[in-house]
This record gives sequence, structure tokens and C-alpha cells, in this order.
Amino acid sequence: MTDFMVDGNAMAGDLREIFAMDVTAATVICAGCGLVGAVATLRLWGHPPGIVARCPQCEEVVLRIVRAPDRVFLDLRGALRIELPLPS
Amino acid sequence: MAGTAVSRRLIWRVATLVGARMETPTARTLVLQVPDWPGHLPGQHVDVRLTAPDGYSTQRSYSIASAWPGDGTIELTIQRLPDGEVSTYLTDIYRIGDPIELRGPVGGWFVWRTAQNSPVLLLGGGSGVAPLMAMIRARGAVRGRQPFRLIYSVRTPQDALFADELARRVRDDPGLDLRYVYTRKTPEAWPEPPRRIGVATVNTYGWPPEFEPDCFVCGPTSFVETAADILVALGHNSQKIKTERFGGTS
Repeated sequence: MTDFMVDGNAMAGDLREIFAMDVTAATVICAGCGLVGAVATLRLWGHPPGIVARCPQCEEVVLRIVRAPDRVFLDLRGALRIELPLPS
Repeated sequence: MAGTAVSRRLIWRVATLVGARMETPTARTLVLQVPDWPGHLPGQHVDVRLTAPDGYSTQRSYSIASAWPGDGTIELTIQRLPDGEVSTYLTDIYRIGDPIELRGPVGGWFVWRTAQNSPVLLLGGGSGVAPLMAMIRARGAVRGRQPFRLIYSVRTPQDALFADELARRVRDDPGLDLRYVYTRKTPEAWPEPPRRIGVATVNTYGWPPEFEPDCFVCGPTSFVETAADILVALGHNSQKIKTERFGGTS
């Protein structure tokens, strides 16, 4: 049993460090199966400094974040498209 | 929420513990003073980072349990887990006056806004009630009239977080209903044996899907998946069901 959150919600801090807006509320299309859903609904494996986010439907890797002391690696291999709502 | 509109890099802040209370024998609420806190929406969380003297660092995400009245402190309610390296520190060792590194608020998906008018159905398992409590408190703070129902699954009556406050709010906050589900031990004279959340309970004590409620489900993975499946089976639109899960296998 672990004591941390295990869906995409929990990436909000690491993503907000990189991007100007909240990416967990964005819509992502899985390159593996085409599922459309919020980044917040992806399933997380591991925790910082290395996170793998998988599709809740086909379990393919959608994105990965690896944090090094002086940089961050963002691998978006499994995201066909990310749609970000712009504040009006 | 003015601060969150500014596009600037999210930073770690040093918060200070200014108050603490045990909610149950194993759950502790931390009252934290955070410098320049920009405010938060109910359902948002923070990342907490602990660093050991040897440089080993670890971070966790915790939901904010308090509403934001415009100034003051924020509250995190931490459930101690047997092998939780962060939770045991926060429940047992972390003392008043001690600093802690914290960043947030973050997360814009599992949130409820006081301007939303739909009925709300909250399904909480164990300490997963924390972000739902923030929603109930935020509604109470603005004297919201949105119909709210909470179905709260706990192992025993002693494991219920915020039990006194919930009882008071059910009495004083119009339109707030609460139903407990006891999975291991019930109070005396409870009309049913201990059981996990099921279709009948959600059907009876939730909202009908025709009301198109906003549904928020938070708890351990198994609870969340069961509860979300029940909502879908009862005909709720999956787009209206938001989930947040924690814990690995149990």
C-alpha cells in the first residue's frame, strides 16, 4: 500500500512547473487506442523523479516525465494530440 | 484565484505548521501557514516535499481539505499508513513551528466551483473524503444552495474523518445529505450488516442520473473503480464523473 495519488491528477505539480497552464485538465488522445480523455485520468506508475502515465483503456505509455537535477525530460510518445482550453 | 492567472513558474514555498489535530487515532489534520498563498479551488491539491539531511528527497501529493475564505491557513488531512514514509512523518513526527516545502495549488480537473449549479454527488472512501470535504466547506462558506449528497465509505464508525463537523453541517447547511457505508463494523442498531459500497446504496442515496449531477469520487483505487462502475451502470454520464485515486493495491 502506498500513500500517494495514482492518476494523472498527481502530475499537476510537475507539469505546472514546465507549462504556463494546468495540463491535467487538458484533453489527450491516446496514440495507442484513440481514447479521448483528460490528462488527469491517465494512470500513473512510479513517482517523482520518474513518472510514467499510461492510458486507462489500453495501458500504452502516453507520456513520461523524468526529472534530473538541472533539467526535465518530457516524453509525449503516446499522445496523439493534446487540447488545452484557453482561459477566455 | 488572481494569482493562478499569472503565468509564472510554479515554485516551492516553505510553509509552517501552525496547528494540528487528530481526526481519528491514525489521521491528523495539519494547519499550515503558507506565505503568499494565491488561494485554491476545492478539490485541488499540493505537492509536499521532504528532504533528509543526506539530501534524499521525496514528494507526495495531498488534497487540500479546507476551503479558502480569502486569507489564512490551509489544511491537509493525512492518513497514517503502515509503510508510508511521508505520511508517518507528517502524522507522528512533524511538529508545530516546523517548516515544510510545499507547492501548489495544482490540479484543475478534480475541482468544484461554487458557481456550478448542478446537484453534486460525492463518493468518498476513507481519507479520500478530504477533497470532498473541501467542496462541502466551500459550499458552506458561500451558503451555496446546490443539492449536495455525500456517500462516505469507512471501515468502522471510528475511522470516519470529520464526523462531528459533517453531522453539524448536515443539520446547518441546507441541502446537504450524508450517508455512511461501513465495510467492517457498523454502529449499533445500523439497519444493515457491514458491506462495501453497492448499486443499491448509490441508487438509494445518490442522485438519479436524470438530475445530471456532477459526481466526484475519491478514495483507494478499488473503491474508486467500484464506485465509478456503479455510477456508469446506473446511467450516469461518464463525462460527469470525476475520479481521484490513491494507494496501490488496496
